[in-house]
Amino acid sequence: MRESSAHQAHVHAPPQGFWRKYVFSLDHKVIGKQYYALALVAVFTGMILSWAMRIHMVWPTAKIPGLELLSKAGAPGGVMTPEYYLSLLTMHGTLMVFFVLTNAPFAAFGNYFLPIQIGAEDMAFPRFNMMSFWITFLAWVVLMLAFVIPDGPPIAGWTEYTPLSAIGRDAGPGMQWGASLWGLSIAIFCIASLLGALNFIATTLDLRAKGMTFMCMPICTWGWFITSCIALLAFAVLLPACILLILDRHAGTSFFIPAGVVASDRLQPHSGGSPLLWQHLFWFFGHPEVYIAILPSIGIVSHILINSIRKPLLSAKVVIYSMMSIGFLSYMVWGHHMFLSGMNPLSALAFSFPTLTITIPATVMTLIWIGSLYGANIQINSASLFVLGFISMFVSGGVSGFFLAQPSIDIYLHATYFVVGHFHMVMGVASLFGVFAGTYFWFPKMTGRFMNETLGKLHFWITFVGAYCIFMPFHYLGLIGNVRRYQSFLDDDFMAPYISLHQFITISALVTGAAQFIFLANLIYSRFKGKPAPENPWNGTSLEWSVTSPPPWNNFDGQHPVVYHDPYQYGVKGPTGDFIMQTAPQRLIVSGD
Amino acid sequence: MSTKVAPTVNSKAALPSADRASRSGIWVAIFAITMSFAAFTSALFVREGTTDWGHLALPSILYFNTFLLLLGSVTLEISRRSLPAGARFESAETRKAIGWLALTLFLGLAFCAGQYLAWHNLRAHGVYLATNPNSSFFYLLTFIHVVHVLVGLAVLVYLTGRMLDSHSTFRRSLFENTAIYWHFLGVLWLYLFLLCRLKL
Amino acid sequence: MGKLFAVVLVIIALVSAYPILMNKYPLPEDISTHGHLIDKQLHDTMIEAGVAFVGAQLILAFFLFSFSGRKPGSALKNLPGGARALVIFAFVIVGLEVLALGVVGQKAWATVYFTPPKADALQIQAQAEQFAFYFRYPGPDGKFGVLHPDKIDESNQNYFGLDPANEVEARDDIVSGELVVPVKREIQLFLHGKDVGHSFYVRELRIQQDFVPGLELSVHFTPTKIGKYEIMCTQLCGLGHYNMKAYLNVMSQADFDKWLKDQSTQ
Repeated sequence: MRESSAHQAHVHAPPQGFWRKYVFSLDHKVIGKQYYALALVAVFTGMILSWAMRIHMVWPTAKIPGLELLSKAGAPGGVMTPEYYLSLLTMHGTLMVFFVLTNAPFAAFGNYFLPIQIGAEDMAFPRFNMMSFWITFLAWVVLMLAFVIPDGPPIAGWTEYTPLSAIGRDAGPGMQWGASLWGLSIAIFCIASLLGALNFIATTLDLRAKGMTFMCMPICTWGWFITSCIALLAFAVLLPACILLILDRHAGTSFFIPAGVVASDRLQPHSGGSPLLWQHLFWFFGHPEVYIAILPSIGIVSHILINSIRKPLLSAKVVIYSMMSIGFLSYMVWGHHMFLSGMNPLSALAFSFPTLTITIPATVMTLIWIGSLYGANIQINSASLFVLGFISMFVSGGVSGFFLAQPSIDIYLHATYFVVGHFHMVMGVASLFGVFAGTYFWFPKMTGRFMNETLGKLHFWITFVGAYCIFMPFHYLGLIGNVRRYQSFLDDDFMAPYISLHQFITISALVTGAAQFIFLANLIYSRFKGKPAPENPWNGTSLEWSVTSPPPWNNFDGQHPVVYHDPYQYGVKGPTGDFIMQTAPQRLIVSGD
Repeated sequence: MSTKVAPTVNSKAALPSADRASRSGIWVAIFAITMSFAAFTSALFVREGTTDWGHLALPSILYFNTFLLLLGSVTLEISRRSLPAGARFESAETRKAIGWLALTLFLGLAFCAGQYLAWHNLRAHGVYLATNPNSSFFYLLTFIHVVHVLVGLAVLVYLTGRMLDSHSTFRRSLFENTAIYWHFLGVLWLYLFLLCRLKL
Repeated sequence: MGKLFAVVLVIIALVSAYPILMNKYPLPEDISTHGHLIDKQLHDTMIEAGVAFVGAQLILAFFLFSFSGRKPGSALKNLPGGARALVIFAFVIVGLEVLALGVVGQKAWATVYFTPPKADALQIQAQAEQFAFYFRYPGPDGKFGVLHPDKIDESNQNYFGLDPANEVEARDDIVSGELVVPVKREIQLFLHGKDVGHSFYVRELRIQQDFVPGLELSVHFTPTKIGKYEIMCTQLCGLGHYNMKAYLNVMSQADFDKWLKDQSTQ
């Protein structure tokens, strides 16, 4: 059926046939679930890699089951070689940052819920949307190929600093085809992300329903919108960087490789390039990327928090402005990853100030979340537990940023476990908590069934306590000067007193990781056998709760929803309870904007 | 079903929501492409500061190619403005519009061929991608620009096909957006040419 | 369960703070002249971060405890002061504190990077390569021979690509796998990266600086205590990164002079 160009276009036809319905779907909801599934595969892969790394670190001679199947050279007899540790480290970081933290909170939930929450039938460009997912999938396949090639995955970390990543085979095994696959995969990922960001932006700007002003959009919609603006600029810079890297590696150019580089006893033929150029381009992307990882979770958590406390936030508008300022500031701080890189030391101070300044909007949001709890009616369930856990984790992960933002302290803490602790707490834990919260909260809407509450709570407790057991000690290790990206410290006299702490961390990681299988089992079981859920199980106000569970293929059954006010009408005398939906004309709270 | 939009009304607010979205989309895309070339530009400035930065004599055919591309913008505009208000396209005006569109397509192809000749000219003088940093940037920037032009050409072909097929509905906004994209490529080329001329 | 969560939060906050309060993970001893500035900065930041961390977790716990599991129909209320009070608090208190840290913290950074080394600093060149550090002393003539990358020959131990046959200055250069320095003397260390990125990190010295191929970087410091200290590579440089270690050997001036003399005669 041809597209019509009527005023409110049917963006695409109702899906027909297996391939159109489940594989090459144009439906943003299916695409959202596809991103989620990809993120799920990536996160379990990344987690298992981290298990292998942690086991090797404290028991280097351990036979890790299955590892020899992955690489005979890297793990003969299942015993990981020190060199293979770096390959696993690189793949762990790359999978987690790109395929989990950009996919799950942003592409997965954003795709599913943004159009519904603004009252649209679908994204603005459903075909581009479908392409975005399948191009992301292609990027993942290309990356995973690095595991199967003889030389194995690259060993330069997810940051792939040059010249190590640029000179090819002479830099070490995995740095020939493994690194090329990495560069290609990430370049493909950039294209997919750019398409996705474009879709989110155009949809939010132009497909909002009648009455859906910007300030009537739920905070999570804002989160996705701001994130897509950041992503557009960030990935637009990473793509050129990857292209330049691929050219240096395969076309003999010298963008990143200076003269006089002697590797593997060979004087490399390049000259004039700048290793720092890669760092600048990479971190110009890399810093906004970490906000791409956290902002959607901030939005999701704010959205669920309001619902869970049955009361609006002290000011949603302030939270939204804080998110915007974080997005803006995120572009001015990339040099804080490069304080000791050899760039002009004056610039270190220039980067330090905006970095410290980001503390202010982050603090504002945290205070508003915590302050809104006062006098509220806090409902405890799996989703809200993860929301509250997020707040705790965001504080913990955030305060370690105070230290690293100061160049003088960074002289000591750079490249230690302190940094690893910081970014794992904010990205690896807090951001994922937003994904967990979103899953428990929106599962009934997406599937028409509840997840099991008991399993959810069990999952929460083990994960929450476990995450603290794993990552809080990282900070202590950093303080004593434990350097990062080393495969083990057992031969190091200096580290001898701290090996038992490393063992504690490893065991915590194994236990906490195991709990994630409870989540996976819950997800799969509930999909088919979970308790049936009504349209609005959490008494929510935003538009997703005004449609069936799951929603019809075109979200609103051909209707055009009209919205009368913001989604914060909680704690009021509504027609069916203590809330008023956005689609209902009454509005009783002029929320404290 | 016809689109009842007057030909001169170009303002975004007057368009149906789907068309508004695609108008936003094209500007967002242009913004992203600009950002990418800004990244390449900053790489150029960093690289310029090193000792092996030399000088590249640009092939003179580039001036002619520039003329072709800009002329293509002119012909595209003529085509766009000569489209009648209604969506039924059997009339003489439509055939004229399609004619100018075809000319644009030809000029675009000629531009790409000209760029290829420029590369050929450099290669004949022994200047390849990796010969020196100046040549690296020249090939890189011109190649990526040509890739974007080829995408534009593909869309022009599609557009021509739609206009020729009188049984299909024709979204005027597609034409408008293509024109915006095409003119952007012209402006981008002027910038890149100037950058190469001044810096390489 | 909200109240349980609150209790767990308090326990987590206190258990996390305990090792810091009890100084169970102290910084390694400071053997430099500028390190005390960094240590003080770290200490001050720890207090502010600690207060923020414990305070936030405790307040979160307190509100959770008080406002979860409430009887249905309990009245809702807003925090006195509302959003405005919190925004003002964030801007003023956090803003001032955070910027103060930034301003005060400049001093340590400036001491390391903006103060030039004294004219009589002992000049040593460090080269980082996959996977070792080598150090070069200029020898009695006080001049470094030219480093020729194309003459670097690992098998002949010509790590610095010297050409003693044709260059006078290169003949007396001393190359060592250990960074030997006299105590209480300012050292200027020139950093040359041979292949990929590396980094020079000595915890006790409170010094860390990347080696960047193509860039001639340097750091300067004054060690204040005799002893042997680990130099770790802290920039991922390839397969052997985890093994890339050397030692900073701080000796008395007399011992250093003797060591230097012994090296020259070899």
